[in-house]
Amino acid sequence: MSLKVDPTLLQATGSVARRQKFSRLSRWVLLFATLLGLVVLIILAVENVREAIPRLNLDFFLNYPSRKAAEAGLRSSLFGWIWVVIYTVALSVPIAVGTAVWLEEFAPRSRLITLIRLNISNLAGVPSIIYGILGLTIFVRVFGMGPSMLAGAFTLVLMILPMIIIASVEAIRQVPPSIRDGALALGATRWQAVWHHILPASIPGVMTGTILAVARAAGETAALIMIGAFTFIAFDSINPMDSFTTVPIQIYNWTIRPTSQGFQHNASAGIVVLVVAVIFFNIIALFVRERFRRS
Amino acid sequence: MAAFDIDSRAEIEQSLRKSFFKKPGEVGIAIFLVACATISIATTIAIVIVLFGEAFTFFQEVSIVSFFDWTSEWQPDFEPRSYGIWELVAGTVNVTLWSLVIAVPLGLAAAIYLSEYAHTRTRRFLKPMLELLAGVPTVVYAYFALTFITQDILFPVLGKETISIFNSLSASVMLAVMILPTIASVSEDAMSNVPRDLREGAYALGSTRLEVAFRVVFPAAIGGIMASILLAIARVIGETMIVAIAAGSTPNLSLSPLETIQTMTGYIFQIGTGDAARGTLQYSSIFAVGALLFLMTLIVNVVAEIIVRRVREAYE
Repeated sequence: MSLKVDPTLLQATGSVARRQKFSRLSRWVLLFATLLGLVVLIILAVENVREAIPRLNLDFFLNYPSRKAAEAGLRSSLFGWIWVVIYTVALSVPIAVGTAVWLEEFAPRSRLITLIRLNISNLAGVPSIIYGILGLTIFVRVFGMGPSMLAGAFTLVLMILPMIIIASVEAIRQVPPSIRDGALALGATRWQAVWHHILPASIPGVMTGTILAVARAAGETAALIMIGAFTFIAFDSINPMDSFTTVPIQIYNWTIRPTSQGFQHNASAGIVVLVVAVIFFNIIALFVRERFRRS
Repeated sequence: MAAFDIDSRAEIEQSLRKSFFKKPGEVGIAIFLVACATISIATTIAIVIVLFGEAFTFFQEVSIVSFFDWTSEWQPDFEPRSYGIWELVAGTVNVTLWSLVIAVPLGLAAAIYLSEYAHTRTRRFLKPMLELLAGVPTVVYAYFALTFITQDILFPVLGKETISIFNSLSASVMLAVMILPTIASVSEDAMSNVPRDLREGAYALGSTRLEVAFRVVFPAAIGGIMASILLAIARVIGETMIVAIAAGSTPNLSLSPLETIQTMTGYIFQIGTGDAARGTLQYSSIFAVGALLFLMTLIVNVVAEIIVRRVREAYE
């Protein structure tokens, strides 16, 4: 059944037409505002890549830092960076998942536990430079580790722990209670239920949180500089007690040199390496999250 | 001891708990889990002891009254030394103010667009893209602020006489990009949580999409919006690299975006890059500044959290 109406009769007039015009216009204004931040970043990124091109060659990755901009490379900072991030992941994931499991599955429901939860979400908001001061005092000075890779990793672990714990708690909560109840009903101990059923089911959520936290740790500069990692390193840091530098610290180092020396190109090239790594982490996290959502 | 709880559910849970760890090896696991959870509490305690302990040493030499004296300058490097915190606080307030001026309108526009205008598919694509902005390491933003924003944009536009090479405006622009996703994402969540009935009621009365967005959804989501702005403020206050590199290291009691300033984080960082010997007043001053910074971010975060929780309760 079709009802034929002259379309011009449905056209609003007067103030209603004006309001509708504003409304239609607002879509584009708001879209523009939404995209503005992204567009600015893309323009800056393109500009940055253009600055980076003179340095993006194999030597840049194989050379130690140098007083000459054209010969200065990322070698020592890549070593320090990769090792510190590996130590950080290896230490933080078990601790964070352990905390989340305890909080969700074993902790008695008391006011103390509520306090611990609140405390963790507040720790997530503590500025990284405060973790730097903490690492400097506790690990570098009190424990006598010096500005070593291990001290750096410990500092970053404390910094990203709250993030991974929060993500893991969320992931464990998403596991249907029936899975836990079924395991317990069949005579599993609480721990067996956790280890064989709850943890495997929460892996995607834990992974997403971990990858994002690791991306943050990989980009962290201030906390590591606070513990004394802002030094000239011309050897490959391998031993956990070796002093070190990382890619973000090297970028900072090149950024603050006078522009006339050409280190600006080095900083840009370092940024390309850093941002590619971080975006890679973020895309993997997104991929894991999307797959998880569908299943 | 408090009142004895004879809730049968609690009793059942209690008796079940006894069989949590049947096997002897599982006791070890229990100890490991408790140890993990202890680390978070220990971290908090350590932060408080380290910051406030060393700050206490600082305040034995510098009176707390002169620390909070409006007229006192922050001049820790040379004689006559004085430690008036307000110059550093002004630096932090300066970048916070200007980054909010830029990021709040853009972030809220993005939130409204994503929640009220965009198709689900567009939103699912755009939101993660926006959130990527928060994932970029801040040293990158710092470099962009100093090299591109200041030297390639602000210098040609404003002239080298008006604006110094280290200025709070370039830092604020990059800080704004950094906090955009926080404002957009948290506000968008709040707006999406506004019940559909409210929107449909307004549409039924003949409102346009724009009117629904600004007159119905926006006021209804105001709690979440406030929380998003507070979270953004906490991030700006705590951010170090952008302000340390782009905004300068000259304490300055000024809210002008064109001047060189120093923030609280910027000062801590400056001492961190140098080698202030342990035991000097300079070294202990970073703990006093750090303690105040810790308290400021804590208060802002806690207030934001309370608002978020209250808003969530209102709709559940």
